[in-house]
Order: sequence, then structure tokens, then C-alpha cells
Amino acid sequence: MKIETILAHAGLCTDQETGAISTPIYQTATFRHPAVGVSTGYDYSRTINPTREALEKAMAELEKGDRGFAFASGMAAITAVLMLFSSGDHLIVSDDLYGGTYRIFEKIFKQLGLTVTYADTSKAELVKRAIIPGRTKALFIETPSNPLMKITDLGAITALARSERLLAIVDNTFMTPYLQRPLEFGGDIVVHSGTKYLGGHNDVLAGTVVTGSAELSDKIGFIQNSTGGVLAPQDSWLVLRGLKTLALRIEKQQQNAQKIAEWLAQNSKVKEVYYPGLPAHPGHRIHEKQSAGFGAMLSFRVPDSAWAERIINRSRLIIFAESLGGVETLITYPVKQTHGDIPVEIREKIGITDDLLRLSVGIEHVEDLIEDLEQAMAV
Amino acid sequence: MKYGTRILHNESGLDPHTGALSIPIYHASTYHQHDVDHPGKYEYSRSGNPTREALEKTLAALENGTHAYAFSSGMAATSSSLAILQQGDHVIATADIYGGSYRILSQFFSKFGITTTFVDMTRLENIEEAIRPNSRLLFLESPSNPLLKVTDILRATEIARKHCLITMIDNTFMSPYFQRPLDLGTDIVIHSATKFLGGHSDVIGGAVITNSDSLASRIYFVQNGFGAILGPQDCWLLLRGIKTLKARMEMQQQSAMQIAQWLKMQSWVSDVYYPGLPDHPGHEIIMSQATGFGAVLSFKTDTVERTRQIMRKVKLWSVAVSLGGVESILSYPVKMSHAAIPPLERERLGITDNLIRLSVGLEDASDLIEDLDPKH
Repeated sequence: MKIETILAHAGLCTDQETGAISTPIYQTATFRHPAVGVSTGYDYSRTINPTREALEKAMAELEKGDRGFAFASGMAAITAVLMLFSSGDHLIVSDDLYGGTYRIFEKIFKQLGLTVTYADTSKAELVKRAIIPGRTKALFIETPSNPLMKITDLGAITALARSERLLAIVDNTFMTPYLQRPLEFGGDIVVHSGTKYLGGHNDVLAGTVVTGSAELSDKIGFIQNSTGGVLAPQDSWLVLRGLKTLALRIEKQQQNAQKIAEWLAQNSKVKEVYYPGLPAHPGHRIHEKQSAGFGAMLSFRVPDSAWAERIINRSRLIIFAESLGGVETLITYPVKQTHGDIPVEIREKIGITDDLLRLSVGIEHVEDLIEDLEQAMAV
Repeated sequence: MKYGTRILHNESGLDPHTGALSIPIYHASTYHQHDVDHPGKYEYSRSGNPTREALEKTLAALENGTHAYAFSSGMAATSSSLAILQQGDHVIATADIYGGSYRILSQFFSKFGITTTFVDMTRLENIEEAIRPNSRLLFLESPSNPLLKVTDILRATEIARKHCLITMIDNTFMSPYFQRPLDLGTDIVIHSATKFLGGHSDVIGGAVITNSDSLASRIYFVQNGFGAILGPQDCWLLLRGIKTLKARMEMQQQSAMQIAQWLKMQSWVSDVYYPGLPDHPGHEIIMSQATGFGAVLSFKTDTVERTRQIMRKVKLWSVAVSLGGVESILSYPVKMSHAAIPPLERERLGITDNLIRLSVGLEDASDLIEDLDPKH
């Protein structure tokens, strides 16, 4: 079955009683047992809830994984994955990863005895060098990375992970399973902030984990139930509803993003554009090989911070807000928002500086978006 | 203002824009920012959401705390609170703690170098004996689940303070309507809000309340960092549930007392565990620290066959996991809430296979009694 069909049929209810097309929102905490020792398969909604289950099944099918798990936020999903590890374990992580992930590594998991090395995962030799024999347990990769859109070769990095017996965890938020399915390239676990493209309407916080093996499914299922960072039924339903239009949205959004990236690349005020859909992007070819499209996220550099602030303050249609992936175009200032928690020395080193802006391109008419950028950038 | 009034009239819940008596359900994930250098009150819903904030303010007001945080489940509340600890820290927890709390302490936090000693806290000297140089947190539950053991919260907290431990208590069974541990010196109160706070078995939620600014900032850091937050629809459902907290707790407790007294007189009942009964070992203590006895009780039957027969025959009681709802729930701890505790350990604690736990709802007490009676 083609992915568009799986998406349109996500959560298509097979409720024999009513025939309802849309999965009901099971707003229940618990379930009555037919008799002692007999269960309907549903005991308590933290453990399993039918609405959440419909979303979890859809995610497993879309990412071609063993099982899916839905969490209260993308960070709750990532936290659940990190709970797989123990004190003393070491992880290698993409160096320009989302600030929220950086924050929990540095401020919470470090205190619990996990150690982390940040590396440019687009360069396999740097990853290899960061491995501490016996202690390194996993790689955590974003491709494209946030916000610099660096591309990691999924096939190469998972091969390295396998040869070194490391788990390969991929944050696939920017691409979605519509464009990229890391498990097919040998990844072990895929995480998403479902708040972004999966939900797609800036109206729900959610996270998902999809596992590549039954063994990992058991472990993540145990963590989800025990630590309880589960997604609520209403929110599960909203993400399912969002999935139905994922293909349409992404197609339109990346079409707009390509045009905006090309327009920006021609603009004299723009020093650099980071979008893997531009042939000059260093990861263009690798990305093309592993994904069905370039997505709708891009970053660009302007002459200085005054320019960055001017564009933010003068844009009218484009909304200045944190987040991405929705139908509305958002502009984000990474140094002050998404990556504000990363110390300035590290930000400078990897290139997240105050002249950098990130765009999440929506489904508005592209000419209106370009016009808005044009007026915001006018002298 | 009396407590019953404060449940309905506190600083949250009113919509400032329209005057709506019910706070809107803000589904937004993110918020437009007007100024690069001055972020607005709300930036991103994981960090702050107006509907969740209304609930959190209400929870703080109910527990006489200054800060409250809402989580996606009681277990998310408990695990997020424990995540303020560090590798090498030691926890002292009550022996018959909720199975889910036992599980995360013994299987997750242990992996991250946090050790736990479980002790019977009805004997306060056990707490003192368990304290080590690296002890950081005392985790209480009173009354405990499922045997309704009562811990002297005031004195346990005093011991903890003497040794510079943080005290955390699971107040799910009592709800703030009957017991407000922060007033007794406890540092952190946690709830499975799924139970009495929500009260309708229709929402999974958790809460953490404190009156310490420094603990609050650490807990908020974990809430925002780990992100196991409660969704806006569920926050609204909890706010709605809380409006009837007083009415429900009063009525449910009244029926629980009648059922406990009736069970006490039955020849086929070997033990009744309800702190409202004068001969309950914790009766005097609970009277000194709470304004009621709650609506959860447990009892043991003469034989396991009888236990199973009751569970088979009940019609009004839902045989289910969970408690605290308007519908009465009968549960079987060995197979449900405490299945995560190893059998030998369970046996030692008295959580045996002839033990039944009742969560008394709003049905008429005489109907509930008739439904339990094996003679019917």
C-alpha cells in the first residue's frame, strides 16, 4: 500500500457497533473487566487507550516499525528513549540538535550519570572518534539537523552503529515518514515531535516513538507505562486527524519552501541559505538518496543581528513564534528561542549565531510569503 | 473564605477576555511573539499553556501551596518529581507504596544510581534507622494503598527535616479536601489526579504541588524538560471535576463508612481496613492530621474462594483498576494495582489473595452493600 493511502486511512475506525469512520475519543481512565482474570485487552488508559492505540498503530505502519508509542510531547518521547540507558552509559549526539534535547542531556541525565559527546554526525569519522569502547551505547541523530540542516548519511551511520553495537536513534521530526523512513536504512528507533508536521496545525503537543524490533518495543512499552508520559485521548485523535492530510501539506509546504529558498539565495541581504533542496547544499545528494523530498524547513543568514530583528519585527504574515511544521508559516530566532539553552561558546562554534533565522514554511500562497519577506527586508 | 468556597472561587478559571465562567481550552501549541527581546507570557505550550495554568493555580490553592504542576499521569508526576534527584542519592519510601511507584523506584531510578529503602512508616523509628549519609528524600503515602496504613505526617516530616531530607507525599487517597500535607510541613505533594481530583474516571492526569520556590523551579525544569505535561482538554476536565470535589468527597466518605461498618459485622469478613473505624490502628493519628477518612477501604474475606465469588457476582461494582470516581470500583490488588510487587514481598506486606479494595462512589450505599453481600 502506498503511503498516501496509509495516511488517509490512519485511525480509520473498524468499530463494528457503529461503523463510525473516525476513531472515537475514549475519554476514560479505566475499563470494566468482564470477570476476574478476564480482560477486554484494555485495563487502564495509561497502559493502553483505544484512541491512543489507533495513533500508535498508524505510526508503526508509517515508519515501517514494530510498534508505535505516543507521548505527551516530543520531549516526553525522547525522555522515554533515554530511559533505556543506565548510569555510566555514553551517547553520541548531533551537535546542532534541538535545544530542548540538549537541555535534558546537560541538566538532568548528566546528574543521573549519563554522558554525552556532541559531534557533527554528518561526518562518520568524527562519530567514530567519539566512541568510548564499552561505554558508548547509542547514536542520536537529527537529519536534517535543526537549525543548520546538516545531512547525515543514514545508511553509513547505521552501518557504523551496527558494527560498533550501538543503537541508532533518529529524530525524524523535520522529514516525517512521508519523506524519510530511517528504520528502512537500519535505524533502531525513530522519534518525533508530533506537535510539528504529524499534527500539522499548531494545535496539539505530542511525541511518538517507533521501534525497529520486538525487543525494543517491550522495553519502550514498559517505560511508557511505568513513567506515564502518555498522550491524552483528545490529543491522540487530533494527531490522527492531522496525519490524514500529511501528504498534501508536505507537498505544498516543500514546494513553497523550495521557491522561498531559491528567492533567498538570490537576495543580496542574505549571506547564506541552508536548505537541502538547493543543489549547492553540501548534503543535497545524500539527502536525495535517502528521502523523497527536502521538507519545508530552512534557515538563512542575514548581515547581522539588527537585520535579523528587523525582519522578525516587520514581518506581517509570517508569524514570529517558536515551533514548526504547521500550516501557518513561522519565523524563529534560534539563538533566543529553540537553541537559547545551548551555551553561547558552543552555539558560536557550530554556527548558531545571532544573524541566523529559521523558517517553517506553511501552506499560504508562496507569492504572499515572498512579498512579506521582501517588505520586511526592504531598506 | 471557607475551604468549600475556595474550591470554586480561586484566582484561576475565569476567562479575562470574555468573562466566561469556564476557562477556554487553549489547544495552541505555540504563541505569536510581539518582541524579539521580550518574550510574552506564553511561548510554547510545553512551557506554559493558559488552560493548564488555570488548573495548576487551582491545585496550588487547594493544597495551600504556592506552585503546582500538571502532568500526563500520576506516574509522570511521580517520576518527574523523583528526577530532581541525582546519581548516588538514597530514597526512603513507605513499604506498601503504590505498585507503580515501587516499580519506577526499583526498576528505573535504580538504573540511574538512586537507591531506595522501603520501610513500614507506621513505626517512625524505622525511618530514622533507614537514614544514610546520602539519603535525600522521604516518600510517604498516607493512608497507604491498599492497606490504609496511617503515617504520622507531622512527625515523619520532623524527622526528615532534622536530617535535611525532602519530604514528598502521595495525597491521592485523601485529596486536598480532607488532608493538606504542606500545612504539616511536607515539601512536595503528588496526586494521581485521575482519582478523586478528576473524580469521573474519564481522565488520566497527575499533579505536583509545593510551597518551596527552590523545589518548584527544579520541578518546573523537569516538567518543561521531560515534557510529560497534561493536554489542555484533560486540564479542563480536571478543573471541571474539581468543582464538585467537596460534594463528592463528603458523600463518598459517608457511604464508605457505612460499608466499612457493615463489613465489620459480617462473619465471612476477617479484616476491614478503614481509618474511619475507631479500632483502626491509625484512627487517632488520621483524626489529628486530616478532616476525614476518605472513600477507599480494603477487606479480607475468610477464603480466597469467597473473594473470587464476590468478584464474579457483583453487578453494580465495576471490577476495574483505578479508584476515586463517582462509580464504585472493586479491585483486586494482587492482580492489579500491586501486581508489580514481587509475590513474596506482597505476602510479607499483607497484600494477600483474599484482599479486596473498594473505592466507594456516589451510588446509594444500601445498593452497594446488597451487591457485595454473598447471601444475595
